[in-house]
Amino acid sequence: MSVNNTKVGWFRSGTPWVWMSASAVSISLVMVFGLLILIAARGLGYFWPADLVAMDYTERDGTEIRVMGEQRETSLVPLERLLDAGFHLEGHQGDVERHLLKIGNRDLYGIDFRSVIEPGVKNRTTPEGVIAIERREWGNFYGFLNEVKEAGNVIAEGDAAHAALVTRLERALILHDEIKHIEKIEIGAINYQLERLRLKQRKLELNNAFDAQHEQEIAAERAEEEKRYEVLQKKLMDLYDQMNRDSLTAVSVDGRQVEVNLAKVVRIFYPNEMTVGDKLQHYFMKVWEFLSDEPREANTEGGIFPAIFGTVLMVILMAILVTPFGVVAAIYLREYATQGPVTRVIRIAVNNLAGVPSVVYGVFGLGFFVYFLGGNIDALFFPEAGPAPTFGTPGILWSSLTLAILTLPVVIVATEEGLSRIPLAVREGSLALGATKAETLWRIVIPMASPALMTGLILAVARAAGEVAPLMLVGVVKLAPSMPLDGNFPFLHLDRKFMHLGFHIYDVGFQSPNVEAARPLVYATALLLVLVIVILNLAAIHIRNRLREKYQSV
Amino acid sequence: MNDNKDKTHAIDMSALGRSDAGLSLDNEEIAIRVDSLTLFYGDKQALNGVDMKIPKNRVTAFIGPSGCGKSTLLRCFNRMNDLIDSCRVEGEVSIDGENIYGKAVDVVDLRRRVGMVFQKPNPFPKSIYENVAYGLRLQGIKDRRVLDEVIEHSLKGAALWDEVKDRLNDSGMGLSGGQQQRLVIARAIAVEPHVLLLDEPASALDPISTLKLEELIYELKEKYTIVIVTHNMQQAARVSDYTAFMFMGDQVEFSDTDTLFTNPREKRTEDYITGRYG
Repeated sequence: MSVNNTKVGWFRSGTPWVWMSASAVSISLVMVFGLLILIAARGLGYFWPADLVAMDYTERDGTEIRVMGEQRETSLVPLERLLDAGFHLEGHQGDVERHLLKIGNRDLYGIDFRSVIEPGVKNRTTPEGVIAIERREWGNFYGFLNEVKEAGNVIAEGDAAHAALVTRLERALILHDEIKHIEKIEIGAINYQLERLRLKQRKLELNNAFDAQHEQEIAAERAEEEKRYEVLQKKLMDLYDQMNRDSLTAVSVDGRQVEVNLAKVVRIFYPNEMTVGDKLQHYFMKVWEFLSDEPREANTEGGIFPAIFGTVLMVILMAILVTPFGVVAAIYLREYATQGPVTRVIRIAVNNLAGVPSVVYGVFGLGFFVYFLGGNIDALFFPEAGPAPTFGTPGILWSSLTLAILTLPVVIVATEEGLSRIPLAVREGSLALGATKAETLWRIVIPMASPALMTGLILAVARAAGEVAPLMLVGVVKLAPSMPLDGNFPFLHLDRKFMHLGFHIYDVGFQSPNVEAARPLVYATALLLVLVIVILNLAAIHIRNRLREKYQSV
Repeated sequence: MNDNKDKTHAIDMSALGRSDAGLSLDNEEIAIRVDSLTLFYGDKQALNGVDMKIPKNRVTAFIGPSGCGKSTLLRCFNRMNDLIDSCRVEGEVSIDGENIYGKAVDVVDLRRRVGMVFQKPNPFPKSIYENVAYGLRLQGIKDRRVLDEVIEHSLKGAALWDEVKDRLNDSGMGLSGGQQQRLVIARAIAVEPHVLLLDEPASALDPISTLKLEELIYELKEKYTIVIVTHNMQQAARVSDYTAFMFMGDQVEFSDTDTLFTNPREKRTEDYITGRYG
């Protein structure tokens, strides 16, 4: 009886509900942190320069080879599966360890990852003097440095070669940067000007206003641009010749010789001789490269700066577009529209819009914005560019607009919520002082509702930054040749296609030719995407808290 | 007793639902004249043809049980009831000789002339300075010197200046309830209205703040015609010169305050002030 009573008492006290709520919260937290830790652990390990392990390995057909590489992953494989696959593992019992090695040297082996099983491994060593060469083509090279050449003539061999390599690589990298600057920025600007001249001429022709005077002017400008181009071109050829002067030869662990032009080398390092401090330095250098550089080798190497930039710019544009729309709509619905069946239907429709799958918005964006709006804009304002489309093709403006429509319901609902929470007393106070309704709205109600508006914007940003499906239809690309913001007038090019972190994850994860190389990048990019969203949100939350403090409202 | 009183009059006014025939306002200038004012919220009638004359530069109190229409009547004087969609008004209210329900009336201008203070203090989420400056800024006054002067004057008028003069840029929301209510009064008198409507201004305040507010009302009547709605009969007795008792949408009795509380003509009035209902 008394036991029963205490049991009932325990239930009535509410304790079980507290426990249940607490466990629900903890499970959610564990899942969130688990997710973050997983992608962080998988993604961040990618940049660490592991030791290069050399070993003799017996293949399943019995041939013995020597392999060397970074040990990336180790997993346990059931014996039966390996026996089925044709491995000779007689006398073994239980699961077998299998290692994934990054062996590099794709030009030699055709692959740069391979797996080895533990029983086939003999003589495992971490040899000294191993050089790792990060190349612009064919991935990493792992092996031993032989000699350094200048214009085909050997100038240093053996230990002297290492010292010679350092200075010559530095020179090649400086030349490379110079070439990149000329190609990307200076020649890019000339091309942009030439294209503008072509469009100008075409426009005049279309208007039947292209006379001798215009022809002369345009020809003169074009000649000038071409002259500049020729000068640059000559300089460029010269620089290329200089950069291609030096090369190195190295030998792989199984004795094959490779000649690498220093123009193709990004950096060299000696992983087996590096201290932890060196490795940390190398690690952060790689992380920085990942954040700040452009992608190389089908997005599997280098950085993802254009994707970060594209994501942030697109989200900011989206916020700029969605805020006025959403706020005006919410104000009308809440403050001006007669509250009746029609408003109710509109409100229900708006709420349901939030539940429409995002790819549907993508289809809408493609059909309405890109083809209809963009097509008409092209026909009206850019006839000279035809048949090549200017706005009638997917681009960052249409992406932002599509996502603005996608997030519009969130902003409307949040703003309406905020407006409805402004007490009648405050509105009446303003009206009683002789303010009109509009004055009351602008001076009192909207400022007080602005934190709620920011809440809506935070939700919108969180949703928009992670959205990929609609963007694939309206503007995102695997590799954008130029950024939507650059030094050429008018600086912000809303018609351009752009790169996006979410799409980058999809592209690297599913479309990459080199799956093993891409996998850690997927995690690293995912982590970065989460970080970008968190940073965007924190910025918005910071603004909201300042507004809350200012207007002391909820 | 009541019966006796009624017999002294030629017409039984209580039958018409009102009784002010015994009151002489001959010596008073009339600020607000209400003529057979009827008000509906949808189908529900909230005021049944109220007639009333409110004298200038006096404090007039409306008392009565909850839902009797005293706040509704008050809100007719600056047309705050316009904000309620289902609200319909018949009859006339004249302020300074002009029917405020006339077609040509500018409501915004009317509200500038008829200030209002609400039950709960409702300062704007702005600084004390900007709260008081609000009405002036609406009128397009931007000159800092003018604003400074009017704000000091208004805060002094609302007996708040000494408490806030060193922190005019702090938020008005940070003041105490009583200070907030006086800030709201300062805000209202900054635009120099002719009439000040107070809708249960002390109901959210503690006794000391209430006392301060009542002293303020006493001072303010020098310059403004004040109409106050209150639940608190002691308060009505303390601050007002005239009192109207309302019941179920009717004005039952309107009289000078002393008479109404000491010698009411109407039985319903007597029942209310002696606490038999309400």
